[in-house]
Amino acid sequence: MSKFKMNRRTLLKGTAAVGVGLATPTIFTSKAWSAGYMNEPKGGTVTFGFNVPQTGAYADEGADELRAYELAVEHINGGGDGGMLNTFSSKALQGNGVNGKKVEFVTGDTQTKSDAARASAKRMIEKDGAIMITGGSSSGVAIAVQGLCQDAGVIFMAGLTHSNDTTGKDKRANGFRHFFNTEMSGAALGPVLKNNFGTDRTAYHLTADYTWGWSQEGSIKKYTEQLGWKTAAAVRTPLGAGDFSQYITPVLNSGADVLVLNHYGRDMVNSLTQAVQFGLRDKQVNGKDFAIVVPLYSRLMAQGAGENVKGIFGSTNWHWSLQDEGSKAFVKSFGQKYGFPPSQAAHTCYSQAILYADACQRAGTFMPSGVGAALEDFEFDGLGNGPTLYRGADHQCFKDVLVVKGKENPSSKFDVLEVVEVTPRAQVEYPASMLGGELGPYNNG
Amino acid sequence: MRFLGMNRSDWLLFIGFAVVTLAGPIIFSPIGAGYPDLLQKFAIYGIFALGFNILFGLTGYLSFGHAAFLGVGSYTAVWTFKLLTMNPIPAIIFATIVGGLFSAVIGFISLRRTGIYFSILTLAFAQMCYNLAYSVLTPITNGETGLQLTQGDPRVLDVAFGRDYGAVLPSSDLFGIDMTGYPGFYFCGVMLIICFFITLRIFRSPFGMMLRAVKSNQNRMNYTGLNTRPYALTAFIISGMFAGLAGGLLAVTDPLAGAERMQWTASGEVVLMTILGGAGTLLGPVIGAGVIKYFENIFSAFNETILMQAYSALPEGLQHFMVTLSSLFVGEGWHLTLGALFMLIVIFLPGGLMEGLRRLRNLFTKSSGGQGPGNSAETAHSATPA
Repeated sequence: MSKFKMNRRTLLKGTAAVGVGLATPTIFTSKAWSAGYMNEPKGGTVTFGFNVPQTGAYADEGADELRAYELAVEHINGGGDGGMLNTFSSKALQGNGVNGKKVEFVTGDTQTKSDAARASAKRMIEKDGAIMITGGSSSGVAIAVQGLCQDAGVIFMAGLTHSNDTTGKDKRANGFRHFFNTEMSGAALGPVLKNNFGTDRTAYHLTADYTWGWSQEGSIKKYTEQLGWKTAAAVRTPLGAGDFSQYITPVLNSGADVLVLNHYGRDMVNSLTQAVQFGLRDKQVNGKDFAIVVPLYSRLMAQGAGENVKGIFGSTNWHWSLQDEGSKAFVKSFGQKYGFPPSQAAHTCYSQAILYADACQRAGTFMPSGVGAALEDFEFDGLGNGPTLYRGADHQCFKDVLVVKGKENPSSKFDVLEVVEVTPRAQVEYPASMLGGELGPYNNG
Repeated sequence: MRFLGMNRSDWLLFIGFAVVTLAGPIIFSPIGAGYPDLLQKFAIYGIFALGFNILFGLTGYLSFGHAAFLGVGSYTAVWTFKLLTMNPIPAIIFATIVGGLFSAVIGFISLRRTGIYFSILTLAFAQMCYNLAYSVLTPITNGETGLQLTQGDPRVLDVAFGRDYGAVLPSSDLFGIDMTGYPGFYFCGVMLIICFFITLRIFRSPFGMMLRAVKSNQNRMNYTGLNTRPYALTAFIISGMFAGLAGGLLAVTDPLAGAERMQWTASGEVVLMTILGGAGTLLGPVIGAGVIKYFENIFSAFNETILMQAYSALPEGLQHFMVTLSSLFVGEGWHLTLGALFMLIVIFLPGGLMEGLRRLRNLFTKSSGGQGPGNSAETAHSATPA
């Protein structure tokens, strides 16, 4: 036993031998990567990757997104009643999958964290062979995953992400967004605020202290100041603060008569509830009734805030009470399967899945550059938002924006918002160069 | 018999560890973990946990703020990519150094207290770093979106050496070898092996013995006239450097640094990894890191469709029942499974998974008469944590 001897030379030799032996598998794997494009589907199926928050602050939205994706896959494969495929203006999808391949899917939990989201997206791409990643309920996560998909060479169809940066400063060729952004929210809300509150107002902003919050605050400021409003102060609040009382107390003494809550999710539910409890809405300031505005609304949030949302204005991407054929078909098939109406997160995710599948079918391939070319400057209708354009210059969808108000007399627990105005697409359009950023070339992996 | 201060069984352990690490792509593929990203995470969080274990396992100081060093390492590495070069070597060197500097500052203050007060101090510092990175320091950290590479980065050294990445976003590469996929894993794997070697040497050194003495009774050490704080601080800085390196490697394999890497949950995760695997043992933290990352990535991906297939052999009613039952524990319920596993281990195997392995080995070696020389080194040095 004491014969065992090790000197530097034998150690080096041994290590080298082990190293060479173990490098061999990489030679085989490198072949696997040299297909025509990343994760090119070879068999009779193609795999979509649904990356949604299943835990954390946006878990409710994530769950709804996943429901919508499952419904979309069912419809693409010819199951169910076909939903919005029947009303969609493009008739390329035949209900037999995409390009003759049956659609399967894998899921991942983003935890609303960039790291976790990228890890689960990578798992779906590297291990499960996903051809496309879609989902997400936060702009930070969407931007992070979009960058990853660009590097990996797959298409990213963004879910609920509202920050300008997703298709502005941080846009990527492989990334596409159907949801609207803060710029459009501001453009749509501006005229409605003017009609309801006049041009002589002073706004006080409470802003969630991160990318989306700043983006939202900037857009609302821009459009309200154009109307002649003044901005008393814009206060940043930490994400997930829970208690906003210390931020709401100074509002009354600031001389402002409008409170703008640039919050989303639970933050919005908490800050709005507390603002109403503090009696802000019963106050008179500068001889005018005090008003509260929530720029980005969702039904899930409105439900959370309950009574407090009554009469409060905001914008939204889609609402289940819309009466066009597409929305009705979607609400019907979603309701039949799950027993309640879909949220705007569900709607945008369903639309993204359908749009992607349709683009692959029209392009006849799953190759990112081919699919991208089919999506760029694609005009469509029948997905619940009226005539819509997927602009090629920044991969952003342009469509009508809904301005909504908390309903005074809700008829059910889902019926909490009423549509005040449908702002036409022309009014919310802006030049692609305005937000900066570079798309760069497509990456096929 | 002894070479570099380690005896034969240590060398066997080290070589075994190196072989298993490098053969990871083959060994882990049957359990669905043989893909590059997860293997990289195994190696990186293995380094993180190894470093944490030098502090917690040896000195008994429970730091709840180690994620701060991980985050700082990531930011440093991404900035190195942006400013200097896409080569990972400068990035990880700077990440390690900056991780060490940060831990020197935080450790110098926090180590004035012990026990729960030390833990709370480190937690407070980490949360401070997190909040700063999230909001105030946005020009440096890019806030919630996370720090990313852009095409317009200066990359001084790359430009000086005539490296042009064209119109696409660069990814880190080691003299032409792309650091994503399997090469990225081998890079991290080699780092893990080096770190394991350093840890092994620390465990077997007089310094390591001193750290254990700090753990067993610090007062007694002080009464003998020995100032223990420099030892504890050194251990703290070493573990901070390991964390910085791990953070740097995270950025090497995926050039993005986000603030949530510094959140207290991330600090808690490394505590879980270490305790789950076995605090104070050599291999335990690496195993613990692997188990947690495996759960996070694989268990969370099981959805109802996969479960339906898994139980397809059962009759329909039973199949649905089993799917409903097990879907509680997989998919979004993976935290529940992890929590249950953690409880079981803390209650029945206070020494972590390593104690379980040891008990198994004792079961087999008992019949053949006592312990062999091979495992005595491991058992003798691994104290059960309090």
